[in-house]
Amino acid sequence: MATVTYRQALRDTLRAEMLRDEDVFVMGEEIGVFEGSYKITEGLLKEFGPRRVRDTPIAEEGFVGAAIGAAMLGLRPVVEIMTINFSLLALDQIVNHAAKIYGMFGGQCSVPMVIRTPGGGGQQLGATHSQNVELFYSFIPGLKVLAPSTPAEASAMLKAAIRDDDPVLFLENLALYNTRGELPDEVAPAEIGRAAVTRTGTDITIVAYSRMAHVAAEVAERLAGEGVSAEVVDLRSLRPLDRETVVESVRRTGCAVIAEDDWLTYGIGAEIAATIQEGAFDWLDAPVRRVAMAEVPLPYSKPLELAALPSADSLVTAVRDTLRATGRR
Amino acid sequence: MGDTDTRSPARPRRPRKSKPQPETLVAYYRQMLLIRRFEERAARAYTEAKIGGYCHLNLGEEATVTGLMAALEPRDYLFTNYREHGYALGRGIDARRVMAELYGRSTGVSKGWGGSMHLFDTESRLLGGYGIVGGQLPLATGAALAIDYRGGDEVVMCQMGDGTTNIGAFHESLNMAALWELPIVYVVVNNGLGMGTTVAHASAEPELYKRAAAYRMEGAHVDGSDVIAVRDAAHAAVERARAESKPFLLETTSPRLRGHSVVDPARYRTAEEKDALKAADPLARLALELEESGFLDAEARDKLEAEVRAEVDDAAAFADESPHPDVSTLFDYTYATPVPGASRRLPADPVF
Repeated sequence: MATVTYRQALRDTLRAEMLRDEDVFVMGEEIGVFEGSYKITEGLLKEFGPRRVRDTPIAEEGFVGAAIGAAMLGLRPVVEIMTINFSLLALDQIVNHAAKIYGMFGGQCSVPMVIRTPGGGGQQLGATHSQNVELFYSFIPGLKVLAPSTPAEASAMLKAAIRDDDPVLFLENLALYNTRGELPDEVAPAEIGRAAVTRTGTDITIVAYSRMAHVAAEVAERLAGEGVSAEVVDLRSLRPLDRETVVESVRRTGCAVIAEDDWLTYGIGAEIAATIQEGAFDWLDAPVRRVAMAEVPLPYSKPLELAALPSADSLVTAVRDTLRATGRR
Repeated sequence: MGDTDTRSPARPRRPRKSKPQPETLVAYYRQMLLIRRFEERAARAYTEAKIGGYCHLNLGEEATVTGLMAALEPRDYLFTNYREHGYALGRGIDARRVMAELYGRSTGVSKGWGGSMHLFDTESRLLGGYGIVGGQLPLATGAALAIDYRGGDEVVMCQMGDGTTNIGAFHESLNMAALWELPIVYVVVNNGLGMGTTVAHASAEPELYKRAAAYRMEGAHVDGSDVIAVRDAAHAAVERARAESKPFLLETTSPRLRGHSVVDPARYRTAEEKDALKAADPLARLALELEESGFLDAEARDKLEAEVRAEVDDAAAFADESPHPDVSTLFDYTYATPVPGASRRLPADPVF
């Protein structure tokens, strides 16, 4: 057991999978000579050479599509898209091709590939570099969308994603790369499509994923000091979505707040709220609340940006309001 | 390196037209005739509502399709766009399975999941017809990358229409293929029209093979109504790709006889254009050549005609009699690695 950063967990896992399987290779912008914009691929070019660590032109549609084509012939490409914002240039290839090939050809050809891409709001990057658009991919049958929040999960889920025969969008978050956590010596591949109850509690369920799972944990800890027992569900897999774990938790606690790092309208939280309504309506003591980004293109200005992003304080407020609405407190 | 590099970036190749054996020519004629009668039958079945969705035909492009397919080895891979029935037949897929796919039946090449635009067959290495203009270009480029990765000697052929040469994926794909020296032949079937828009109206450089120059790639143009010329040009490109792992851009001019799809009456064409198309019919042209050279007399041609018609009739009957896919299979092809608990919800089912 070692304590490592999220970044290190990804790097080690990628390397181990490349050593394990000759068909696994990585491609993307600046991943080779430059060793990756966020250094996830550091050292890989030196170790594996340009055949298996392929720098691409700045042409997301082209190289993501090329990875799909390579996967159709049985290779297992792991593509890095520098940020999720640029994945929009490859939207046709991801949505119309990666997601559809297995189905539209009657199961004759699968697409065993992984698209790794960081996202997240904040860091004063302005409107086009500061957003989470995982919703676009989570909407599409045929894709699998994972969003691990800890180093151990990142490792287990990346392993599972690489060995899976379907296209997997693997969402990282800029704010997580330097976070630390324990990584067991032997990490088993994760079971894709499972949420985790990362903290048990009896008063309220907080549903979150990726960066907001950490914020939820922090908030649960803060509220514990006030005598609030909050349960935290980390979705981890946005598609397939583990509705059962969410509903079981809310049936136990009787109320829920959803914390998401994307926009409110039509967001992941909307789907979770609908799920709770359908699966736990009779158990609810208060309306479901959602904490999400303000619905604006993210501004550069620091105070404006901070006001727009979901924070621990905003989540605390929503949890307190919800508990008050139950009449139990 | 740029100053000293004297390579000509795009040197149109003019491969000499070889003299094929009479039986080869007759075989090509039969292949073209099969595509012609199959497509006429598809058009009829569409008007009878036996075929749904969109239906884009290869009528008028039989020489191009047959010539291109003759240039490929069985181990080579093919990607096409949505106008691909003829390519499936040319790749050797049974007409029954192609027609059954158009009818949406479980016996179709894609088990009824693809339809006219999405034919796929692992065995014959037809890796798909694709419905989004140019969507297949990056995929085909990636297939060539996989061949290169594994050190194989297969070649990828990637067919597209003229309109495709204006999308971003065309340029991104050709750039990567040239940069990485991939074994792929891009084929632009220039039928003069992107739906109803002429090439001259849509393309700043209407001689489309010249776009290869931007990628220091070789390109060539060939008369798409001449099956031997197409075969020879494609063969030269394919074998060069195989031997030297170099991409190639081949343009064939090959007017389509009908509209963009079965439902397009092609009102954008003048009466003179329509007459000219009839005169340029590649099937009639080859029939005349074969007759004049004494390779195929009227009697033998009638016999072929009867054979092909019987094959198409049989394919249509097979498609008609084949079962639709069972509704219980609706969720079978969402994931190749199934996920326990993934949604199998039908429209009116509750989530919980």
